[in-house]
Amino acid sequence: MNAQSGNPISLDLAGITKVYPGAIALNNVSLSIRGGEVVGLIGENGAGKSTLMKILSGAIAPDEGRMVIDGQEVEDVTPAQVNELGIALVHQELNPFSNRDVTANVLLGREIRRGRLGMLDHSAMEAKVEPILKLLGTRFGPRDAVSELSLADQQLLEIARALSINLRLLILDEPTSSLTMSETRRLLDVIRMLSAEGVAVLLITHRLGEIEEVASRVVVLRDGRNAGELEREAIEKDTMVRMMVGRDVGQFYRKTDHRPGEPVLEIKSLRTMAYPHQKVDLCVRSGEILCLAGLVGAGRSELARAIFGIDEVEGGSIFMEGAELSRHTVMDAVAAGICLIPEDRKAEGLFLDFSITENIAMPSHAALARKGFVDHEAETVLADKSREKLRIKAAHLDRAVAELSGGNQQKVVIAKWLAMNPRLIILDEPTRGIDVGAKAEVYHLMQELAAQGAAILVISSDMEEVIGVSDRVAVMCRGRISGILVRDALSEENILRLAVE
Amino acid sequence: MQKKDIGLATLVITVGAIVALVNPRFLSPINLANTANLIGLFGLFSIAEAFVIVTGGIELSIGSVIALVGVIFVDLVATFGVPWPIALAIVIVLSIFIGFLHGWLITRMKLQPFVVTLCGLLIYRGVARFYTQDGTAGFTFGSNFPMLEFLVSGRSAGVPHSVIAFAIVAVFAWFLLHRTVFGRHLFAVGKNAEAARYSGINTDRVVIQAYVLCIFLTGISAVFFAMYTRSVQPSSHGNFYELYGIAAAVLGGFSLRGGEGSIVGVVLGVILLQELQNLVNLLGIPSSLNFAVMGSVILAGVIADTQFARYREIRRQQIAKSALEESAKQ
Repeated sequence: MNAQSGNPISLDLAGITKVYPGAIALNNVSLSIRGGEVVGLIGENGAGKSTLMKILSGAIAPDEGRMVIDGQEVEDVTPAQVNELGIALVHQELNPFSNRDVTANVLLGREIRRGRLGMLDHSAMEAKVEPILKLLGTRFGPRDAVSELSLADQQLLEIARALSINLRLLILDEPTSSLTMSETRRLLDVIRMLSAEGVAVLLITHRLGEIEEVASRVVVLRDGRNAGELEREAIEKDTMVRMMVGRDVGQFYRKTDHRPGEPVLEIKSLRTMAYPHQKVDLCVRSGEILCLAGLVGAGRSELARAIFGIDEVEGGSIFMEGAELSRHTVMDAVAAGICLIPEDRKAEGLFLDFSITENIAMPSHAALARKGFVDHEAETVLADKSREKLRIKAAHLDRAVAELSGGNQQKVVIAKWLAMNPRLIILDEPTRGIDVGAKAEVYHLMQELAAQGAAILVISSDMEEVIGVSDRVAVMCRGRISGILVRDALSEENILRLAVE
Repeated sequence: MQKKDIGLATLVITVGAIVALVNPRFLSPINLANTANLIGLFGLFSIAEAFVIVTGGIELSIGSVIALVGVIFVDLVATFGVPWPIALAIVIVLSIFIGFLHGWLITRMKLQPFVVTLCGLLIYRGVARFYTQDGTAGFTFGSNFPMLEFLVSGRSAGVPHSVIAFAIVAVFAWFLLHRTVFGRHLFAVGKNAEAARYSGINTDRVVIQAYVLCIFLTGISAVFFAMYTRSVQPSSHGNFYELYGIAAAVLGGFSLRGGEGSIVGVVLGVILLQELQNLVNLLGIPSSLNFAVMGSVILAGVIADTQFARYREIRRQQIAKSALEESAKQ
């Protein structure tokens, strides 16, 4: 244990600059945090939040700037040294050792041994872990299997791990993006409790409501620079949004009156792999936006994947504009005019090393080709048009998609499908992890496509979004549709009631 | 041509120049024609291997397929007196079937390519040896097939026909991999199979086609090899050839993780490997060191490549940084 153990941290970053090929990630950024504070770090995607976080955690070194901890300047720190100073980072994606129990995960690398042979002292380890879990108020105990913990519990496990060392600064990166509402509540409680104990918490999130709730101060980044700070009293959603985008976003959700037309997609008694005993019936009409709401694990993504032909279908039938799909493969679905913007855009939506043009042209290669030969010119024209239409911020279309920010990557995924002129567009969590500005653009685009007569099926866990964008909401609960709500009946309570039914 | 290819071409020329300086016999017409002939023979199946590697797969049974197809072809022609065009058609159908089987096992039965083709390596070698009862399949003394021999092991204007076949296949392969939709799909499946599926690409079919193409080309190269050696000893014929193919592809910039590589690269890789063999012979290096030389050069090449990539990355970063400083001054 080091000397400052237990002392509240005092950390200052000044003049931090980090340059990547082709982009300046951070330009003269400052940030300070003291023990007991909860600081919200917000900004659009590409604003430099993740880079700043990586610098704080010692994963990368800044090109310029100073990092002062407890009055001492630190340089070239490794992640291990940062840990030693009491700084812990809980990533967006968690990788616990799921084959070991909770205790082993919490004390990984710091196991307590006993005797000459150095055998693990299980009881001593459990005795150490137990009070930490109690402090956090977890529902799981030290002996529970990690493989059975929910995502929210795995997050608490990470925090417990941090607490078991000597936690003085906790950095949380998008901690609530895949949590349910009650789990989010619980996490916010834990944050409050930690700050009362003198721990500093740096919360990076796109959910401004959470910032309003817990943050004592908020730091805004824009285009790699400091865009200002707000103190507790001044924290307010509209102000934060304005600071993040540097302009008024305008009305976020713009409802237009769609006149739903003929049914585009009809599914009858469809049974998916996730819930083979539940039959789902659903109809999406031309010109309407239908939202699939429900808790994580209710079978919404599985339903989308079954419609798109990714997962096998256990039974039932799918009709597109009156014609039944005879085979359930992606190729047939695409041919029938269905497209899916997947939830995990990096793994399922994009080829990160490939160019923007190539990503956009991927589904349309065959359609654009001449006698099987790729038509470069047509593809460039297509990509250029998409860039203009969707306002993809990219200097060169032949650069790798990996270099784009999250919001722009999402636009590339949407662009690649719009090129196929789909009749039914399924969007699975289309705005997860993308910034406010891009969010507004995605909503606007959905409205526009619906107005042009496409049918839109959106899966979303963001209640505000569900209520804000949809004409109708179908709520799913354990594999079946527990109810359909129309415009006037749309409210958070009504949706939740059906979701937990 | 990509940067990688230019680097490799430079290496090919440098090694050639050094060998020529030390031993002028390197440039003698006989030596050049012989080396070229070997480049043609080894090149055919190296390109075949590249098509599988680009999908993120691997084909380990190439050497055994060359032995099996070799003994069957020679036996059909020499023992059963089957007209050679028919024999050729038979072994090509057999090769396509083997390729399809590999692709089917990998995509439909969800087996790993390494495992499937490793079993293929063992099975086809065993079948080839059993088929001839471990004897040598060869042409009886005095028999000749002028047309076949001219086509496969003859020369036009001093250029061995194997080289011409290799050149034709390379040009076709280049168009196929770098200019067609099928080629794009091969890269896409190799880079991110999941995203390829979500893009509406029939990934299973693409993978099966890659293996069919691979073993089809291997079958053609097997006929060339059989006519080159004139007799096929099934226990040793084609041993380790799959490793030559993999080495040439890796030298040529193909990543074993899939989704990367170029035909120009694999062609240069084959040339470099044969040049090194030739170097061992001409410089009087004990031929037992043959493999060691090859291994060292591949290792050095791969290390140099990753170091250059790092250096370029640092350079790019510096340029970006100085651009930032420039704009700060203004």
